[in-house]
Amino acid sequence: MLKIENLHASVEGKDILKGLTLTVGAGEVHAIMGPNGSGKSTLGHVLAGRPGYTVTAGTVEFLGQNVLEMETEERAHLGIFLAFQYPVEIPGVSNMEFLKASVDTMREQRGLTPLDAVSFMKQAREACAAVDLELDFLKRGVNEGFSGGEKKRNELMQMMLLEPRLAVMDETDSGLDIDALQVVAQGVNTMRAADRSFILVTHYQRLLEYIEPDFVHVLAGGRIVRSGDKTLALELEEKGYAWLEDEVA
Amino acid sequence: MSQETIDKAIDKEYAAGFVSDIESETLPPGLDEDVVRFISAKKGEPEWMLEWRLEAYRTWREMEEPEWAHVHYPEIDFDEVSYYSSPKSMEDGPKSLDEVDPELLATYEKLGIPLHEQEMLAGVAVDAVFDSVSVATTFRSKLAEAGVIFCPISEAVHEYPELIKKYMGSVVPRRDNYYAALNSAVFSDGSFVFIPKGVRCPMELSTYFRINEAKTGQFERTLIIAEEGSHVSYLEGCTAPMRDENQLHAAVVELVAMDDAEIKYSTVQNWYPGDAEGRGGIYNFVTKRGVAHRNAKISWTQVETGSAVTWKYPSCILRGDNSVGEFYSVALTNNLQQADTGTKMIHLGKNTRSTIISKGISAGKSSNAYRGLVRMSPKAQGARNYTQCDSLLIGDRCAAHTFPYIESRNPSAVIEHEATTSKVSDDQLYLCQQRGLDAEKAVSMIVNGFCKEVFKELPMEFAVEAGKLLEVSLEGSVG
Repeated sequence: MLKIENLHASVEGKDILKGLTLTVGAGEVHAIMGPNGSGKSTLGHVLAGRPGYTVTAGTVEFLGQNVLEMETEERAHLGIFLAFQYPVEIPGVSNMEFLKASVDTMREQRGLTPLDAVSFMKQAREACAAVDLELDFLKRGVNEGFSGGEKKRNELMQMMLLEPRLAVMDETDSGLDIDALQVVAQGVNTMRAADRSFILVTHYQRLLEYIEPDFVHVLAGGRIVRSGDKTLALELEEKGYAWLEDEVA
Repeated sequence: MSQETIDKAIDKEYAAGFVSDIESETLPPGLDEDVVRFISAKKGEPEWMLEWRLEAYRTWREMEEPEWAHVHYPEIDFDEVSYYSSPKSMEDGPKSLDEVDPELLATYEKLGIPLHEQEMLAGVAVDAVFDSVSVATTFRSKLAEAGVIFCPISEAVHEYPELIKKYMGSVVPRRDNYYAALNSAVFSDGSFVFIPKGVRCPMELSTYFRINEAKTGQFERTLIIAEEGSHVSYLEGCTAPMRDENQLHAAVVELVAMDDAEIKYSTVQNWYPGDAEGRGGIYNFVTKRGVAHRNAKISWTQVETGSAVTWKYPSCILRGDNSVGEFYSVALTNNLQQADTGTKMIHLGKNTRSTIISKGISAGKSSNAYRGLVRMSPKAQGARNYTQCDSLLIGDRCAAHTFPYIESRNPSAVIEHEATTSKVSDDQLYLCQQRGLDAEKAVSMIVNGFCKEVFKELPMEFAVEAGKLLEVSLEGSVG
């Protein structure tokens, strides 16, 4: 489904990704762990096509298409979703309005008609309930005055409504209390499907207790230095990253 | 987001920029007493009206063009402007819509303002002013049943001389300012509204102003009188063809709200703004003011997207106790447009209240200034003002300025001023694009969200229009 080969990327002239290779099959859940500054978030933004993130070498193929040549929104239309680590606020634009515009655009891209207001509301209410957000959040400005945890759950709600093919979750678990963490995990688990893949960027093994990954990768110095199954996460929890970095060096 | 994306998203064609092929009688450029006499004679005005104009003209001659506004433009040669232009077919004056030149009707049709009553928005009466004359006023008989007068001001001079004598110039005196004096000398047409005591005007009233002829100025004058306990909602819209030279528009609007009356005045201003290089466009120098008597309310709502240069401060004189003044404004500038706009709230009566919500949006290389005065007089016991002044910047080559003036001479008065400046950020656009929206749609959504508080003050039918207008005006601002 997703094939990344020898990816090099830089931000503001600084090389961050230095030859990253990763293949994600349909329906798989990949966890990406690694020390701070290793390029985890950069990977998410490069996949999503954030302006200012320059790919200097390598290829990214998603559903058989070269996504590096696509605009940000075109990648989204193709089914790439990024749950932001720090979602921005858009004052005055209600969450509802934003979601409706987004869902309608995605549907249009898939050759579907826009949802009527009633059906959309029904879906939005269900998504709210699933991530344990009050309905009131639909009326509020996008992320406006939301707490950190609420912003993360709002990202999850968007993912549920947009039904992406590939969801990259950038430290969605950071800063969440244990209840919220379970809500996020449950949300991801219910979304797991044969034609939908996940890349979970996380610092903590904790999340993986609730979402069982098919693969765990360690990203260090802009490359994947070790891959394994979920036991790798436990090993990291115990030993930290230093031993791997030493090994690589 | 790069500047290029911004540019792409706000760059759109001016849709009302066509020229109508209508034979006109246009006065040669230049202004002297004879021109004033000509205009007055053309309208068949009584002697007192001519005298009034001539006095205004003499006052104007002695005045200096104001330079304090934060706008820059080449000096205007007032002798290069033609002060009167009228479609030839209007010579004898049409008796009804059936006699109006079809080309004229087509012009308004093209602007989305059908003048045939059966095709119109239900519940909206329209006065159409083309260059210097009013060409049609709809629904007049229906309004007359309610006792409401809605007619061209040139007609009101003949039909209701007592009202004109009493009120014209009572809110905006002739010597008020340079452009008001000029307008008083050469005003050609505009709308007159009179709502009798206790009457709630049964429909929205609106005037559409259209400048068609080249090198002409438009100097319309609007006077609205709401008698005790009456209520009226009025909307004006403005467009002009695309031309390379600048054209002058200097209007005066006077509102009189007697005790317990309410006037709601909305403007959607879309004069031709000039091209991307700043060629052409309308100079919009307008004086708008209302006086509110006891318990009366005057509410100004404006959506300003057009004109090369805008200089405009719809104001309220809160004369009566408990009177209320409101000003809701969205001013958008793009390319090389300049706007210096805001309001004046003059609190004279006790417990008077005013609210100012101003939203300035700057894109391209434009400059957008809010200028507002809140004055609490010594007698304005318990008066209150709340001002919120927000600026939104799109791209990094535009400017936003805020010039608030606050004068309080009453210790019991309360004045609040809040201001914010924000920028459509790359991160906001990235979020929207990641969710599948293109940059243009994203900017338009963000800007509409920013303006929501003002749009909700517009009459229903026009709120949607205003949103669309903003979208068009913003095109190419994202890149």
